[in-house]
Amino acid sequence: MGKVVAVTGNEAVANALRQADPDVCSLYPITPQTDIVQRFSSFVANGVVQTELLNAESEHSAMSAAIGASAAGGRVVTATSSQGLALMWEMLHIASGMNLPIVMPLVNRALSAPLNIHGDHSDGMGARDTGWVQLWSESAQEAYDNTIMAFRVAEHADIRLPVMVCMDGFIVSHSIARMEYLGDEEVKNFIGPYQTVNPLLDMEHPKSFGPLILTDLYHEYKRLQHEIMGRVKNVVLQVSDEFEKLSGRKYGLFESYRLDDADIALVILNSAAGTSKDVVDELRDKGIKAGLLKPRLFRPFPYEEIGKALKHLKAVCVMDRADSFGGYGPMFMEISSAMYQADGNGKRPKLINKIYGLGGRDYMPSDARQVLLELNEIAGGAPVTAVKEYIGVRE
Amino acid sequence: METRELLKWSAQVKLREKSKQEGRLEHGHRMCAGCGAPTVVKMVLMATEYPVVLSNATGCLEVSTCIQEFTAWKTPWIHTAFENAAATLAGVETMYRALLKKGKMPENVKFIAFGGDGGTYDIGLQSLSGAMERGHDMLYVCYDNGAYMNTGIQRSSATPLGADTTTSPAGSANPAGKLQQRKDLTRIMADHGIYAAQASPSHWLDLMNKVKKAHSIKGAKFLNIIAPCNRGWRTATDNSIELSRLAVETCYWPLYEIEDGKLKVTVTPEEKKPVDLFFKPQGRFKHLYSPENEGVLEKIQAQIDKTWERLLKESEGPC
Repeated sequence: MGKVVAVTGNEAVANALRQADPDVCSLYPITPQTDIVQRFSSFVANGVVQTELLNAESEHSAMSAAIGASAAGGRVVTATSSQGLALMWEMLHIASGMNLPIVMPLVNRALSAPLNIHGDHSDGMGARDTGWVQLWSESAQEAYDNTIMAFRVAEHADIRLPVMVCMDGFIVSHSIARMEYLGDEEVKNFIGPYQTVNPLLDMEHPKSFGPLILTDLYHEYKRLQHEIMGRVKNVVLQVSDEFEKLSGRKYGLFESYRLDDADIALVILNSAAGTSKDVVDELRDKGIKAGLLKPRLFRPFPYEEIGKALKHLKAVCVMDRADSFGGYGPMFMEISSAMYQADGNGKRPKLINKIYGLGGRDYMPSDARQVLLELNEIAGGAPVTAVKEYIGVRE
Repeated sequence: METRELLKWSAQVKLREKSKQEGRLEHGHRMCAGCGAPTVVKMVLMATEYPVVLSNATGCLEVSTCIQEFTAWKTPWIHTAFENAAATLAGVETMYRALLKKGKMPENVKFIAFGGDGGTYDIGLQSLSGAMERGHDMLYVCYDNGAYMNTGIQRSSATPLGADTTTSPAGSANPAGKLQQRKDLTRIMADHGIYAAQASPSHWLDLMNKVKKAHSIKGAKFLNIIAPCNRGWRTATDNSIELSRLAVETCYWPLYEIEDGKLKVTVTPEEKKPVDLFFKPQGRFKHLYSPENEGVLEKIQAQIDKTWERLLKESEGPC
């Protein structure tokens, strides 16, 4: 059975990778992810796992090697953050375009310039359109659970896609928290042996990987990727159900917190959702019907389900820990799209967008309180003064 | 590999018979008539008497050999991007070791990456250096035609001094074309402490001996092979072997190998010819014969002479 421990998010994720015992791990250090691959390297050095390590000379090569290894036919992991993910960008598209079930923890960190090593979601949001499945995690426990489930999702015969497991740099990666490990055997049985599909290393049946495809079939190829992405939601739900039976921990496409009877709500990813839930409770005690929605599966985005979960609200604030300069925050655009399509009998909540916590700026209960109180006024009929606004700014 | 063993193999090998074997790069690919690259690839694969897995950098060879439902490759082959043929193959080779350890793969599978000079000297240098330093059991083969030919003859760091390319054109303000020397990639790769060699399809036995020797060495190996490109060199389509022979005989493209840090010239031309004989048939050097470029050819010849003398001095014993 499970073992309760006090560990950092990085340690939890490194142990999930250990329990998955991949065939190959390609790696390159970058703060705040480094701790994961360091720990994993010591698992290899001490014979705890069977994995072959590949110390790449850059993240571009780490992902290139992960692609080569995965195409060859086996379970492959790597991990990265920030600039590392940005450097991989070209190869992220190739991993998904080749349907390779690589699992990659992404310890979210800000992007340069200026250089900043602390947590925000600019890296993960920048990889939104790369064709990877993205699972986001509030805590060390969720990052660990999502990493274990990521193998099942990635390697599922219906999809065979790479999966990125996101958690907040430092706030989760380096903070010690209480969590529960599953037993090694339990995880091994849950993930199961790797099933190869058309491996490059099948010497008897030579195959060519990575052809040139011109105007006659590229478009169809991309539609196929779109269709495969469409199957991910069901796979995630199915794997999450099985995981609940194993662990007792329930996961869906997103988490709803006190949302059913709410008038106002925050939509917020990852660790800041925890802080916000406390403030939701506080306002509930004061008679304000506040709630919260925390997306988990960001790609593919569950527009329909989220639209349904939010359509009864009077006002919603989408909290973005990343910005699309010259546009709204990246998650706001998704929620707006979801709400436009949601059937609310002609009514839909007022939507506002706050940009918070860039480059590791603290997100405090007072920030959540300020935003929820503003929402409460909007719900009561006050006009929206700014759709998009930065909060927590030092003026 | 023992020299004696290699000599024995060399004495027996017949190119005519080899060429009758079923190839791993089959006919039907779309490389240009007269291109040196497929000849180079075929020779490398003929000398590879093992099951082999290939990776290919984006480039002429890649786009011409595997187009949607068709492939000319009869052995496992992978292409992912331009700058990472080495890193991609490193991943494949690492997975091979992981599966070999678990008894899921046969012994003695070989790994070869092919890249052009753009994908090797320039954009792929970091990925190549990393893979060689890590010592993956693989052979990286650069087919060097001296420019980015696939995108339309742009200058690379393998482009020779004086060459006219679309991004180093000879013009009225700069009549000389490319103003810089080539990068000496073979030496750079040898300095990784690996087996590194230069070869030419004109000297097929020397080329195949080097491939054969490379496969006998566990770890990373690098082979730089000249591959004439009639589109980029502005030459006829029937003389790629003749041109590569002239490249060797003029010592523009000396044939040597470096093993355990020791350099050995493997082919010494009976009579070292002036570089002019190699340059003259090529349209990319045509402008060097005009009055405003007086002295450029002499400068190139002097550089070639200096490099050749240095190689001979470094070379161990007679060859």
